[in-house]
Amino acid sequence: MNFTNFGRYILLLKSVFRKPEKLKIYLKEIAKQMDYVGVGSLGLIAIISTFIGAVMTLQIAFQLVSDFIPKTIIGSVNRDSSILELSPTISAIVLAGKIGSAISSEIGSMRVTEQIDALEIMGINAPGYLILPKIISGITMVPMLVIISMFLSISGGYIGGSVSGAVTPAEYLQGITTDFNPYTIVVALVKAFVFGFIITSVPAYEGFYVRGGALEVSQASTRAVVISCISILACDYIVTQLLL
Amino acid sequence: MIEIKDIYKSFSGNEVLQGISGKFEEGVTNLIIGGSGSGKTTLLKCMVGLHQPDSGSVLYDGRDFTPMTYEQRIEVRKEIGMLFQGSALFDSMTVQDNIMFPLNMFTDQTRSEKIDRVNFCLERVNLAGKNNLFPAELSGGMKKRVGIARAISMNPKYLFCDEPNSGLDPKTSIVIDELIQELTEEYKTTTIVVTHDMNSVMGIGDYILFLHEGKKFWEGSNKEIAHTEIKELNDFVFASRFMKAAKDKF
Repeated sequence: MNFTNFGRYILLLKSVFRKPEKLKIYLKEIAKQMDYVGVGSLGLIAIISTFIGAVMTLQIAFQLVSDFIPKTIIGSVNRDSSILELSPTISAIVLAGKIGSAISSEIGSMRVTEQIDALEIMGINAPGYLILPKIISGITMVPMLVIISMFLSISGGYIGGSVSGAVTPAEYLQGITTDFNPYTIVVALVKAFVFGFIITSVPAYEGFYVRGGALEVSQASTRAVVISCISILACDYIVTQLLL
Repeated sequence: MIEIKDIYKSFSGNEVLQGISGKFEEGVTNLIIGGSGSGKTTLLKCMVGLHQPDSGSVLYDGRDFTPMTYEQRIEVRKEIGMLFQGSALFDSMTVQDNIMFPLNMFTDQTRSEKIDRVNFCLERVNLAGKNNLFPAELSGGMKKRVGIARAISMNPKYLFCDEPNSGLDPKTSIVIDELIQELTEEYKTTTIVVTHDMNSVMGIGDYILFLHEGKKFWEGSNKEIAHTEIKELNDFVFASRFMKAAKDKF
């Protein structure tokens, strides 16, 4: 059953990447989706990232109680954790909930109200028109959100450390600038690219093949979020294993 | 003209269509009728390519649609207009954007030319000035008429209507039927209407194909249907006491 679904998912992706009927209309749709995925999620990502950074600083400070460990390590650990894991993965899981469920519901509703059939009858490649702009917006905007998330998470750590007194601003700044490896940013962006693809394509697949009515659309939406989250975590492991 | 030859279709071993054949001429209103579950919507979906028949062929003016590649089908589909049972209007777009959508996709007309075409189509279905309304703001009959306006926006050669009267009051049903008939005669389209509405059968059925349990049971015109002796057809057409009395009187 899962192999059947995977096969149908691959076949759907094949249809998605067919040549667009009219590039201008697709570009307009891509811009609309980028606004929704990127700008529309900015506030949520900003709040979550800042608090995660602040909490991380407090927890690292709590666990590293030793005179042999310099406090600058708090900044270093927070920086690497934020860049490599927390910003890409937590952002992706949050976005899977926000964007994934919306994509699945939108496409699923279009399916059960015959709007997708209407597109097909008109001679329009429905998977391409409905899904391609979402995937392109996902693979471009999620990495941008992740970059913002990294910055805010590290800044959140600075604020959290300063306010609580767990680490001084000077020690924290010294920590985040010591032994920085720019390759970690590359790893994070590869993860963000893969997650952006999953967050948009998996819910689109679930919505596209819905049969039934409102109940089935909501079930597909739930399934889309669950499968997206599991896929994100599995791909997180695979990308980390391959690149680090 | 559309011709179907020996169409078979089954789902999970259940044979829904069993060797359906028929010829649908242009400029006349062709009806596919039958009770619920008789296979008429499945037949329509096989004809437009939403379902792939297990065997048989669908010929659009001699062009066999069933073995066509995706790209070849696109060319035929540009000549097809379809009115769906639930209208299938894009609910996030206004009436104008709905009708303009196929024009945006497949023509290089200027915006003013497209708006002129939208206004023409809306006037044709008696909805002039409703350009900026959203589908949620329309009544059932208005949605059907916008669906027809969208279907004719590209000057289709073939017009398909799936249950155009479902959910409408009898008066609005007649308006929709007459509109379909007028458009068919005016633009010489090959029009196929799937229905189980008896007013439509009697009012606009120039050619009627009756399906029963996935098989073709009868074909003829609305003038001939009153004289048929086929039990299954009589049971379907003259199911109500009123229709039975009308037949006896006739």
